[in-house]
Amino acid sequence: MLNSFLFTYFNLPVMAEYLPSILEGFILTVELAAAIVVTGILAGFMLAVLRSFRVRFLNFFIVIFVDVLRALPPLVIIILFYFALPSVGVRMSGFTATWLSLSLVLTAFAEEIFWAGILAVPKGQWEAARSTGMSFLQTLGGVVLPQAVRITIPPLTNRTIAITKGTALGAVVAVGEILNQAQTGLSHSYNPSPLTLGALAYLVLFIPVVTLGRWVETRFAWKR
Amino acid sequence: MEQIIQSFFNIEIVIAAFPFLLRGLAMTVLLCLVVIPLGLFGGLSLALVSTARSVLAKGLVVVYVDFFRAFPPLVLLIFIYFGVPFLGIDLHAFTAVTIGFFLNTSSYYGEIFRAGIESIPRGQKEAARSTGLTSVQTMVFVVIPQATRNVIPDLVSNTLEVVKLTSIASVVALPELLYAARQAQSITYNATPIIFAGMVYLICLWPLVRILRRFEHKKVALH
Repeated sequence: MLNSFLFTYFNLPVMAEYLPSILEGFILTVELAAAIVVTGILAGFMLAVLRSFRVRFLNFFIVIFVDVLRALPPLVIIILFYFALPSVGVRMSGFTATWLSLSLVLTAFAEEIFWAGILAVPKGQWEAARSTGMSFLQTLGGVVLPQAVRITIPPLTNRTIAITKGTALGAVVAVGEILNQAQTGLSHSYNPSPLTLGALAYLVLFIPVVTLGRWVETRFAWKR
Repeated sequence: MEQIIQSFFNIEIVIAAFPFLLRGLAMTVLLCLVVIPLGLFGGLSLALVSTARSVLAKGLVVVYVDFFRAFPPLVLLIFIYFGVPFLGIDLHAFTAVTIGFFLNTSSYYGEIFRAGIESIPRGQKEAARSTGLTSVQTMVFVVIPQATRNVIPDLVSNTLEVVKLTSIASVVALPELLYAARQAQSITYNATPIIFAGMVYLICLWPLVRILRRFEHKKVALH
């Protein structure tokens, strides 16, 4: 019984055979995740800063953009980009579709989080800084943002972790990341050991990240 | 422009695929009705276990929660749907989705409830106990109601994520909204059903997003 269990899920020869492709998938997952984190957080930050100029017309569109991307399931967005856009002549690879979709989703969430952070800085801080003769931009960059960013770190970390796990969705549009490689291995070997290997790869990748999230939550907790 | 309307907003296709998509939507709703209560129940149970005095019980909950938060939900789902049948167990897609979602969502809800319970001052518990309530009564009537109220925004936010998550059930051929839309697209060679599905998600979930925004701004105002 145990033997057949091991043979099925921890078949060493099968694992050895598919280890290289899982590793390849691992690297691709890391690259994809890194690209999403950088794009999403930067774009979200810029949108939040843009919003703090309080141009009514602009903010209206920012809010709509954020709402739509928070309401749509990421997989729906990926499928839209990959399977629907080609019918109007816009074609992109699975990697680009996944990167773009998840970056947009992270942009929306990051914008909301940064914006909440900016709002959380008391008005008196703005007024005090402006009354010392600092310009709007100096106040924003030198006084408000440093305080705002600090309190956004815990929610932003958690949201970023959740969204980078979405890289697995790339498997649906043929991105050769971990899950995709594991599924390919499964169908070639007719043994689920590649799936086990894939699951282990995710644990190796995300257990440290989840632990980091826990640590960040206590380290940067809002102290009153 | 003509082409965009033809391929994305084709009324004829919507009419033709409508019954099919409606059935998909019904499946999505059914899935939510099963998965969300199960996740809430599992999460609350986990949180209660983590209030136990036993260090072992506490540790096990942390391991469970971190373990299942480390897996992308799709990976859990694929592992269960394609991996478990090798044990000789026949799994229906709906069962696989329910199990996978339970493992994932219960750990997220568990973290939320734990934070809620921890936010209740000890004095509340002590006061309740000193009036003669048993420890179970204290939990049920004093701690849990207040704890839940304190974390409502997080519960709503997570529930929104769970509803969105049901779309990944399409990967294991469970005929929910996204799956129905993909099927309709491949039959009609037209992307309208996918746009339509997106709009349905948008219409159903936008109110939740708006409510969350209100919560978030209130939270900021409190500080």
